[in-house]
Amino acid sequence: MTENLIEFNNISKFFGKVIALKDVTMKLKKGEIMCLLGDNGAGKSTLIKTLAGVHKPDEGEIVIEGKKTIFDSPKDALDMGIGTVYQDLALVPLMSVTRNFFMGREPLKGPPFLKTFDIEKANQIAAERMGQIGIDVRDPSQAVGTMSGGERQCLAISRAIYFGAKVLVLDEPTSALGVHQASMVLKYVVKAASQGLAVILITHNVHHAYPVGNSFTVLNRGKSLGTFNKKDISREELLGMMAGGEELDKLEVELEEMNRLNS
Amino acid sequence: MSDKAKSIASKKTSGQDERLKEVSKLRLLLNRPELGAVGGAILVFIFFGIVAGDTGMFSAYGTLNFLDVSANLGIIAIAAAMLMIGGEFDLSIGSMIGFAGICIAIPAIYWGWPLWVSIIFAFAMAVLVGYFNGILVVRTGLPSFIVTLAMLFILRGATLAITRLITGRTQVPGLRVLIENDPIAWMFATDTFKWLFTWLGSMNLIALRTDGTPLATGIPPSVIWFIAATLFATWILMKTRYGNWIFASGGDKNGATNVGVPVGRVKISLFIGTAVAATIFATIQVLDAGSADTMRGNLKELEAIAAAVVGGCLLTGGYGSAIGAAFGALIFGTVSMGIFYTDVDTDWFKVFLGAMMLIAVVFNNYIRKRVTESK
Repeated sequence: MTENLIEFNNISKFFGKVIALKDVTMKLKKGEIMCLLGDNGAGKSTLIKTLAGVHKPDEGEIVIEGKKTIFDSPKDALDMGIGTVYQDLALVPLMSVTRNFFMGREPLKGPPFLKTFDIEKANQIAAERMGQIGIDVRDPSQAVGTMSGGERQCLAISRAIYFGAKVLVLDEPTSALGVHQASMVLKYVVKAASQGLAVILITHNVHHAYPVGNSFTVLNRGKSLGTFNKKDISREELLGMMAGGEELDKLEVELEEMNRLNS
Repeated sequence: MSDKAKSIASKKTSGQDERLKEVSKLRLLLNRPELGAVGGAILVFIFFGIVAGDTGMFSAYGTLNFLDVSANLGIIAIAAAMLMIGGEFDLSIGSMIGFAGICIAIPAIYWGWPLWVSIIFAFAMAVLVGYFNGILVVRTGLPSFIVTLAMLFILRGATLAITRLITGRTQVPGLRVLIENDPIAWMFATDTFKWLFTWLGSMNLIALRTDGTPLATGIPPSVIWFIAATLFATWILMKTRYGNWIFASGGDKNGATNVGVPVGRVKISLFIGTAVAATIFATIQVLDAGSADTMRGNLKELEAIAAAVVGGCLLTGGYGSAIGAAFGALIFGTVSMGIFYTDVDTDWFKVFLGAMMLIAVVFNNYIRKRVTESK
């Protein structure tokens, strides 16, 4: 059995009296895509922020490549290889593709104390990386505000990978996208995993998660309902486990009732 | 998507690449934040060239006069612009000017400190005030508008109260004699390129006094500081990592934080920047006048912000340029001095200032839409 790349053991997080997360455990290997499923309010956002070093867990431990770790800041998490792509993507629409790509991690050149931002190199890398995922950036100095939603998502993921992410945390990467753009993003995610990254895909859309995921963790009201391998669970069972499942069943029954009454 | 692919394909096959490229270059120019201010400055110069071309406004003496006024405003406008790009305001710039003035004058005149120690003391106080502004804004999350408005009153009040307490009046004169042989003061008080003006005078190319010395004696220190500040700020914004952090902090605070930009530190350093710029302004003026006045710099914060806005800075942050702010300051300086050379009553200056700002804001808004929405 290969070693887990990253483990989150019994993570809990409290905000005052509110229990946002309780005893959440996740383990990932290289090349694995784990989908974290949960309805709104299940604690997904809190968990992401804990993974990314924004929040410190109140209980539990994070273990990366066998070493116990504490993230003091988002930068710490980044340095440890946790690349988080937030729903808002952390892209500034007014800034260029290049300046966004290297935001916070600009390549430098020149003598010590007079180091400058190496824009030429940055432009070249940004254009090259975007080209690899099939996005033709006509001009890397164009503002990100001019790109489509799928392109922006891919830019954000590509940025995280370029900066040495070993674990990719994706927050609702497909929620704002149309079918075509969502599949473009998911294809890219699978490709990234096949290159040896561990991916945590956070979503409430089982239909997007099921085709790409190797395992599934379901969150409900701050607690984990367990982690399941793909072969052990069906799409419908997953849907049922999320809080929305029962309600969707109820809705179906009610709709049938209405149809019967109407006919 | 397929439509897009088709349109790209048609572009490639239609052989109109050259033309397309030219358009995109023009668009690139249109998208520069300083475009409005540069265009405005050219219009202003054309206007005064026609209206006041033969009045001496553009003589060496007249030119240095409006450059001096522009440069003084420019020094603080550039710092204000950088802070605005970083997403914050500083309304305490004007009060800081008055405060820095007495921080130089009182120790030098009343406590017997050497002038250079007093100047360093003033800059140290500026760093402290800027840090305090910054840490308050960053820690409390309150709008910088409110925090620095409070600082505007506190600093102005403290300046007045302390000065009257120590000196019994509101002005502190007598600094001029201390400038000579001071190891630092010359940086803020010396006209440069004097040889050039002497030479120009000897060639009868510029106006002379009755004693044969040129009327314009040299480039005033404010202009040198102004040019240096413009170059330095532009270098920082365009060429350094810190510059990228400034844009990121102002463009999207949360996004920037999430990718590891130390937004808090960036903002605090920018607040220190405006306070230090105000102190440079104050030092130059105090040494030039030979006295400190508690009301010095009154309302300068608004002029600085106006110049930054005319220069293309968005009020919401994340967009703008130092060169734009420099040209914004040049427009204000030129008009405020140039109006004396015309038949227009100087009372109209503020009307112009307001109108200019309105036009600039409307224009900038349009530019931002182009940048973020055009495809």
